[in-house]
Amino acid sequence: MKVEIRPEAYDPWVEIGAYQAALPAGSYGASAVFVGTMRDFNEGDDVESMLLEHYPGMTEQQLEELAQNSLKYHGLIDVMVLHRVGEVRPNDPIVVVAAWSAHRKAAFDACREMMENLKSVATFWKKEQLKEGVRWVEKNTAG
Amino acid sequence: MRISVMYFASLREQMGRDSDQLDLEEGVTMAEIWQKVSDQCPQENLLCSRNKEYAQWDDTAVDGDEIAFFPPVTGG
Repeated sequence: MKVEIRPEAYDPWVEIGAYQAALPAGSYGASAVFVGTMRDFNEGDDVESMLLEHYPGMTEQQLEELAQNSLKYHGLIDVMVLHRVGEVRPNDPIVVVAAWSAHRKAAFDACREMMENLKSVATFWKKEQLKEGVRWVEKNTAG
Repeated sequence: MRISVMYFASLREQMGRDSDQLDLEEGVTMAEIWQKVSDQCPQENLLCSRNKEYAQWDDTAVDGDEIAFFPPVTGG
């Protein structure tokens, strides 16, 4: 299991490829991946950059817990959760959630469930830089 | 008892500080702590945690606790 909060930009596909390459060959039959990327628009406005804040200690604990729960509940072979903090720019990856399992159902379900849990529980906050100034994002989109 | 209280995101900016150290009586609830630090502001749309786990407003604090107040989360 790999769970990390990253203060620097990363390439999600390199991270996923490297982690998967280290899993025992032949042990998994399904890999499901979600990558969340920063848009350059929100609520009708152009967004130039975003500052991602978290609660050190609490957020890491929450991500560990949701990954561990998913691993057990869905009987996964492995999981990975990465999340950016700090200043992010449009097209920068923000979050990666990946699940490996024997068959597709567990991997698909776990990937979706971990992502929804992360969105609703994990203590991250976004502050957007617009042309006209800054604003805090008040709530996540429904889906 | 002595506790620390932290504020995050837009709430930290509204409060004008990121934390407080408070001396309070034993058995005080999260709601009472919020009333004290915010000068009676409504707790509507806020969340709270105790020792890095989500708490309910009627949960009580003990000596040495790390309490935090923050707006709804927006990660992912």
